[in-house]
Parts: sequence; C-alpha cells; structure tokens
Amino acid sequence: MKRVSLVLALAVAAGLSTQPATAQTLKTVKDRGMLSCGVSQGLPGFSAPDDKGNWTGLDVDVCRAVAAAIFNDPTKVKFVPLSAKDRFTALQSGEIDVLSRNTTWTLSRDTSLGANFTGVTYYDGQGFLVKKSLKVNSALELNSASVCVQTGTTTEQNLADYFKGNNMKYEVIAFATADETVKAYESGRCDVYTTDVSGLYAERLKLANPADHAVLPEVISKEPLGPMVRHGDDQWFDLVKWVLFAMVDAEELGITQKNVDDMAKSDKPELKRAFGTDGNLGEQLGLTKDWVIRIVKAVGNYGESFDRNVGAGSKLGIARGLNQLWNKGGIQYAPPIR
Amino acid sequence: MTIEPRPPPLQLVARLRRALGGGAGWGGFALQILFVAALVWIGYEIVANARANLESQRITSGFGFLSNTAGFDVSQNLIPYSGSDSYTRVFWVGLLNTLLVAIIGIFFATVIGFLVGLGRLSPNWLLSRISGGYVELVRNLPVLFQILFWYLAVLGVLPNPRQSISLFGSFFLSNRGLVIPKPIAAAGLEPFALAILTAIVAAWLLRYYARRQLFESGRLITVWPYAVGLLIGLPLLASLVFGAPVTFEVPELKGFNFSGGSRVIPEFVALTLALSIYTAAFIAEIVRAGIQSVHQGQMEAGASLGLTRGSTLRLIVVPQALRVILPPLTNQYLNLTKNSSLAVAIGYPDLFSVFAGTTLSQTGQAIEIIAITMGVYLLISLVTSAIMSFYGWRIGRSLRA
Repeated sequence: MKRVSLVLALAVAAGLSTQPATAQTLKTVKDRGMLSCGVSQGLPGFSAPDDKGNWTGLDVDVCRAVAAAIFNDPTKVKFVPLSAKDRFTALQSGEIDVLSRNTTWTLSRDTSLGANFTGVTYYDGQGFLVKKSLKVNSALELNSASVCVQTGTTTEQNLADYFKGNNMKYEVIAFATADETVKAYESGRCDVYTTDVSGLYAERLKLANPADHAVLPEVISKEPLGPMVRHGDDQWFDLVKWVLFAMVDAEELGITQKNVDDMAKSDKPELKRAFGTDGNLGEQLGLTKDWVIRIVKAVGNYGESFDRNVGAGSKLGIARGLNQLWNKGGIQYAPPIR
Repeated sequence: MTIEPRPPPLQLVARLRRALGGGAGWGGFALQILFVAALVWIGYEIVANARANLESQRITSGFGFLSNTAGFDVSQNLIPYSGSDSYTRVFWVGLLNTLLVAIIGIFFATVIGFLVGLGRLSPNWLLSRISGGYVELVRNLPVLFQILFWYLAVLGVLPNPRQSISLFGSFFLSNRGLVIPKPIAAAGLEPFALAILTAIVAAWLLRYYARRQLFESGRLITVWPYAVGLLIGLPLLASLVFGAPVTFEVPELKGFNFSGGSRVIPEFVALTLALSIYTAAFIAEIVRAGIQSVHQGQMEAGASLGLTRGSTLRLIVVPQALRVILPPLTNQYLNLTKNSSLAVAIGYPDLFSVFAGTTLSQTGQAIEIIAITMGVYLLISLVTSAIMSFYGWRIGRSLRA
C-alpha cells in the first residue's frame, strides 16, 4: 500500500501546495541535514543493505558522494527502498531528492516524468538467466518459454520486442518486486528470468545453487542506468550531475581514496582546479572548494567504487567492459573540471 | 381494506422548500447552496492547482496516453491482446481478469460458505466441529498470507511441464497450470444449442405446471427426473442426429510448453481458491447468524407438519433468513472483489497489476491512472450492491405477499 500513499502524497503535493515544487532542493537538504535517496529494495552490488544494515553498492555510493560533497559526511543519507513501479512517483512527490536506483535512461522517462537523468553510472543491457539443466545455449532457443519479469521496467517492453522480432512465442508472468520474481523462477513457474545483465549476476547470488544457472550470451537491449532528479531545479541537477563526473574524472586523474591527501599538494594545474586550490569551481556548484577531496575520501573514485561493489573486488565479479574509462577501451567519459 | 383520507398535495413551492431546506425553511436552503458552492470551489481549486503544478514541473498530464502502444504482454487475456495494442486495451484485459476472479470467487465462496454455515448448525457433532474449526482457522489468518500459501503450495507440489500429470492423454497438470482440450465449434453446434434451450424452457414449463397443480388441487407431482431427462436427452439426441457440437484441439508438449488447448494459469487458481476459501469463512458466519435469527418455533412447526429437516430449512427457514443474510453478504462480495487486487503479489494480471501497476510506471501518469482505477472499483462495487439490493427487494416482496 506504499504506492497508494505515494500517489496521495503526489496528489496532495500537486493539488494543495501553493508554490510549485521548484524550490531550492539544496537548501531543503541542508536545512533537513539529510539527503533523501531512493534506492532499490535490495540489488546486491547496486543498492543493498549489508549484514550490519548499512546500505552499500554503486548506486548507493552516488548518494553517499552527494552527501559527502554537501555535509562532508557520507552517512548523512536516508535511503528509501522503492519498487520499480513506485520509484518515479516517489521522486515526483518530493519524498526523495535523488533517485539512484538502476534506472534506464529513455527518452520518454526523460521527458514525461518531470525528471532529468544526470548521467550514466553503469552501461548495462538486458539478458536471460536459465537453468543449466534445460541445456539452452542461446536466447533464440527460447520459443514457447515462460518468462518471469519484474513489472514496471523497460525489461518488460524489450522482452515483448525481442520475442516478436524473432517470431517466437512466450508467456510472461510479471511480479511487483524482484524477490517475488526470483522466487517464482526458482520454484519452476518460469523457464527464464530476465532483467539487466548486472541484475542477473546479482540475483543469481540469492539462488540456492547459483552454479546451476547460466546467463545466456545474448544482450538484447541498451540499458544506460543513471540517477534522476526532479525538473525545475537546475542548481540541484548540476550538483548531482557533477558529483558523478567528479568520481569519473578522479579516476582519470589517478586520484584514489589512499593518495588523495598527497595528490592535493600537487602543482599540476588540472589537479589544482579539481582540489579547489586554484579557482572556486566547487562554490559555483553551491558546494565548498574541497568538494572533490570530500567525495573521493568518502567513496573513492568511480573505478574504486565499481571494483568494490560490482567488479573484481566483489562477489559479483563483473568485468569493467563498457564501463571502463574512455581512454582504456570503455565509454565512461566525464567532461573536464575547469 | 382500510379507508384513510389522503392528505392534500402540498403546493409546489412548499414542497420545494421542504425538500431543499428541511425543517429550517428558506434559511436552510440558502445555507445548503452556500455549502455546495464552497465544495465546488475547493474542488475546482485543487484540480486547477494540480494542473498548474504538473505543468510547471513538466510532468505529462491528461488522458492522451490511453491510445499509446503498450508494448508489453499479459499472461492471461480473455480478449485478443498483443504488445502492439494500446493502453486502453490493457485496461480492458485487466478489468476482465479482475471480473473473472471476482465472479468465480463469489460463486465458490457462496457455495462453500452456505455449506459450512449450515454444517455448523448441524446436529452432527463431527460436522459442526469441523465447520467451526474451518471458520476459526481461515478467518483469523491474513488473506495475503493465504494467497501466497496457495500459490506456493500449488506451485511447489506440481511437476514441470515435461513430467506433467496427464489425465486420459488430453488433460495435463503441471506448474504451468492446467491445460485442457480446447473446444472448437463444429457443424452440430447450432442444433445442440437449440436443443439445450428447448430443454430448459420445457423443464421450466413442467415446474410451472407442477406448482399450479400443487396450489390448485394440492397434488404433489415430482418433476425433477423428467427435467433432468429432458436436459440430458434432448442435447444428446441433437448431437446424435446432427453430429458432434464441438471438436477438441488436444494440447501437445512442444519445446518448453504445451501448444494448443486452453490453459488455466496457476496464478488464477491460487487467487480464486484463496479468496473463495477466505471469504467463505465470513459467509458461513453470516449464514449461521441469519438462520439463528429465525425463530426456533419455525423449525418445530415445520417438523410438526411432517417436513424433513432439509425441507424445513429450504422452504421455511432459509427464505426468512435471507432477509437478514443479504446486506452483510453484499459486504463480503464487495470485499472479495476488492481483495482481488492483492493479485499483484503472485503475478496474476488483474486490473490493479497491469493498469495501476505496469501502465502507471511506464507512463508515469499516477494521478490519472489511480483516478480511473478508483472509479472502476467504485463502479464494480456499486453495481454489485445494486444487484444485491434488487434481489433483497424481490425476496422482501415475495415474503410480504
């Protein structure tokens, strides 16, 4: 019933508030002393609580970085777990300041939801997970299969396009949360579970015998995942956008959690600009001069966060692939801090 | 007949004043007008303000999205539907799925509820204790829990399609649901339908004749064996003369799943089962209360007339009890219909799941979609109430007669 209350909140916010919600989000966040961040209901590697109840993950790190840049304290974040279909309503109604919940950037979402994507944290694509015992080696062998999917996602539409495009029949069973979807797949209701490939690797860890399940080689869609903010507050939009850019630029400049203090003494002009010893770039964003130092100290650069959460240093062990920096064979690219 | 002087009709103005102002006269009338005006003004302000705010945040609003392509598929559709149809079509698919669960659920809940309710009053010790236990167990567990229980119980027990349980080589039960041969109309269908219709009319005429005889000459004629004979015999004769009314498309296992045949998905079975069983527990209590509200003397009077216990219940007690039973029974029907929106938990594509769920999150137009969905549930509930009220009115009329 969470969603009904969200919709009511939206209706009340839209219907009764006398001034439009274009208010300064940064000021609201500072007054509140907390950043309110919408995340998933538990997707290992992206946003999930660890055994001590602390939220961790790549999407979580984006919010922690924003909090670090504002408050110099990455713990000043309230995480709001949202299902796929509740997420946009929560952002529209003002319940959260940032939505950082493995959300695919599409044209219709960018234009009709009253929200903007601030960048791409992870370049993903949709894939299929099947039981190895079915002896299926390609998604093209899935004719007449039953497919479990989480409702309210781009996944549902890509699935329809893919099977129609390849003249294959299928049966779709759509569930409200990822957990219910995986449970139905595990109980044998479906032959196939489909979501973004990163999600498949993450959800596979939750299965009883992860080794009995295989991800098929086909990637059937482009799924650039990124954070979202509400329309109408350009300062806040710039701030969230540049926090992510700063993480990527920090990796490119070789600034890491460990060496950030040494690097801060450097004489290199691009480092001096990034660290705020030259100019006032951070203040132009509404932050302090040392905003990049705060971010890197809190969550590390983009590469460190990737490795720790989804890459080689994590249980998921996903290769950098497209998410490698542009000068190392990937497509992660951030505009320069100057 | 009693003769009473009719009061003279009120003058038009006086009638208007009484209708609008009640006892307070014209002052009350003015107050009501003011109140309505204030309500309209507040409503208008809310709508106008919402529009302005949505526009300033550039959130799309309006109902244009209904004609857009949906682009997703649904596992159970009673009308032809594919991903290239519009959101309007999705709405109808979801609504029909909701109505299907509601109607079948109400049917089974009523049957089980009446049986358990009567069982609880039975002089048979075992039967009444079992019925009592059923009621206490079922009505004290949350309905969502019961839906999940039946879904996981149904799924957990059933094998995968390749090892499905087969009946006569044409019915297959697996964790993909129950696959049954699909009837396809053949040449003999029209005579067959005609024969059934004739049989029904004839059976009804027989009953009418028997009742007339009973009331006029007191002769009791047993007609039900003839009626059953007609209902079975005539269609059988028709299909022997004109050929089989339908042929069956037998399902076959192809690849992952069955092709051909019709399929009942496990989500539907689990949801209908859970809602029927849950609601039946409440209906049983309503039936028990209704029957106990009829004076004990009615039972005794029936017995002294030589009627059996069953006949007394059927002819004397239940018709009187129905007057008490109907209003709370309507509540239970409405509850069942509204509880069907819990379908989203087990992936049954009802209105709430495909329209207020998937469509909402794909279009992001929460206010419009929630308004439509609320309107539809309200309409379903009002129609159900109206039907039940009409039925209650008819019972009341025949009891007074």
